[in-house]
Amino acid sequence: MIKPYTNKAWYLVLPVFALVAFSAIIPLMTVVNYSIQDIFDANTRYFVGTEWYREILNDTRLHDSLVRQFIFSGSVLLIEIPLGILVALMMPARGPGSVVCLLVLALPLLVPLNVVGTIWQIFGRADIGLFGWALNSLGINYNYAANPMDAWFTVLLMDVWHWTSLVALLCYSGLRAIPDAYYQAARIDRASNWAVFRFIQLPKLKNVLLIGVLLRFMDSFMIYTEPFVLTGGGPGNSTTFLSQTLTKMAVGQFDIGPAGAFSIIYFLIILLVSWLFYTAMTHNDGK
Amino acid sequence: MAEIQLKSLAHCYDKQADEPLYAIREMNHVWQKGGAYALLGPSGCGKSTLLNIISGLLEPSDGEVLFDGVRVNDIPPQERNIAQVFQFPVVYDTMTVFDNLAFPLRNMGASKAKVQSKVGEIAEILDLTAVLNKKAANLSADEKQKVSMGRGLVRDDVSAILFDEPLTVIDPHLKWKLRRKLKQIHEQFNITMVYVTHDQLEASTFADKIAVMYNGQVVQFGTPRELFEQPNHTFVGYFIGSPGMNLMEVERCEQGVCFGPQQIALSPVEMAAVNASQSNNLKVGIRPEFVHVWDKPNGDAYQAEVLFVEDLGTYKILSLKLGEQVIKARLQEDQRVPQQHAYISFPEQWLMLYIDEYLVAKEDNHD
Repeated sequence: MIKPYTNKAWYLVLPVFALVAFSAIIPLMTVVNYSIQDIFDANTRYFVGTEWYREILNDTRLHDSLVRQFIFSGSVLLIEIPLGILVALMMPARGPGSVVCLLVLALPLLVPLNVVGTIWQIFGRADIGLFGWALNSLGINYNYAANPMDAWFTVLLMDVWHWTSLVALLCYSGLRAIPDAYYQAARIDRASNWAVFRFIQLPKLKNVLLIGVLLRFMDSFMIYTEPFVLTGGGPGNSTTFLSQTLTKMAVGQFDIGPAGAFSIIYFLIILLVSWLFYTAMTHNDGK
Repeated sequence: MAEIQLKSLAHCYDKQADEPLYAIREMNHVWQKGGAYALLGPSGCGKSTLLNIISGLLEPSDGEVLFDGVRVNDIPPQERNIAQVFQFPVVYDTMTVFDNLAFPLRNMGASKAKVQSKVGEIAEILDLTAVLNKKAANLSADEKQKVSMGRGLVRDDVSAILFDEPLTVIDPHLKWKLRRKLKQIHEQFNITMVYVTHDQLEASTFADKIAVMYNGQVVQFGTPRELFEQPNHTFVGYFIGSPGMNLMEVERCEQGVCFGPQQIALSPVEMAAVNASQSNNLKVGIRPEFVHVWDKPNGDAYQAEVLFVEDLGTYKILSLKLGEQVIKARLQEDQRVPQQHAYISFPEQWLMLYIDEYLVAKEDNHD
């Protein structure tokens, strides 16, 4: 039977294309549209070219929060990835213990973001919060609302509490996928525990860790709700991250043009860093 | 080189259960020094369990494992001087082939020069020299399996290598090559090798002696020829050979045993065994290769109805109905295929008698 070749298959792709267009491409293009015009009202707008971009790139507010953002995301990755692996390694592989561990780990992931912020806001208070009260009772002068270091510490701790579970769960599933024969061969080869981790577990965890690193990087780089509820970006601007600076600009000051340019740059940074992580972690495959 | 002895060994995974289910039922067995052995049996017969007990990955619930007469039950696998090759090739993905082969030596703290020379020597034997600097993750399945074998061979102290269906994931045309390699290594190193498989061809090409396992026990231990000619248990008759042995349920009668109206004569020793036994579980068995087929009546040959013929290329398998029993017979290439009726006889020397599934000897063997 001879089948005629037609281009009708394209019609089948159309619904998806329309969906993606409405959910991603059109909104993004709107932002591009804002970022290259100065808009006063529905009938008054001027094309400004790259002016907003130049303005944003020279904006010290953006520089400061970008640096803070990188420090924050870097710390998050440096703490949560090793900690997640460690937790996964220590979890029981089977039996009722493993179920309990999985449930406990899943709990933080189910708490809404603003509730997480509220929990830690109260938890860290010196007067009514258990954590703040305990620290102060131990003679440590802790006040996240006044001391930038304390604020940073609390924001980081909150993120670690909230998201380490994700890394741990990913690693746990990765570890369970390693066949017993690997461990048995390693025993017969007289491998130390460290060698088992370094040469069996870690390589086998690579794929889940890649997902973990990318998710944690993107999420932490876009973090908004939790520090906003906990510290409101303070004290001063010490915990004001990129998304909060952007929101202030777009919603607070209604500087739609610069905010549009900011958004595009923000988006490109995330894309670039994610690509770097991906390339760095996979460049050895197939060689 | 080591002799491996299993003494009243049995294993049960869950002894706390109300009715403990034994994966290995009590057995005694000896693997001689430097022999090449196969452990043959169907899936789930306990052969992998037995292998893991020998290597020490599993501790037997009953009995003892002795290496050269020394009890090793409590010695962990890393101190038992054995190597094990698994069904799926185990390689350390991120290491090169060289590092993979060097790994056990380095874990033992061997000197750099020793690692170099030993790895070079083993790579040479296994044809891995060309890929020594390649990442192990990028090897083909058969190369990976050679690497996991090589990790066992580099160690001087290895006295036995255990193989757990090592050719499962290897392409058919490479299986043959790798099997020959194994044989060659065995001749060269004279290491005790135990090879677990469910493939009779693999077992008989690799091993000098085969232990057939069934239901958690070794039912026969012998050369491929012994297993073929004198199956010690009905299972061996059925499992070895293609197709397996014809087994017929029989009853006691005057001069021997009968099935339906047919009488089968027995030797005096067999007759005595039948009379001495209380059991009604009597069977006679004969290999399809030994059934004589004629297309005309011939002496005391039984008349049987021809059911169908399977042509397997170089030979044909004839299925016949004798009474209620289906009998398979192997015809030679040039033999005429009988139509509708055939006349078959069972040469006495190849007719085996089984009481309670175990073979009864034809003559008294006192040796």
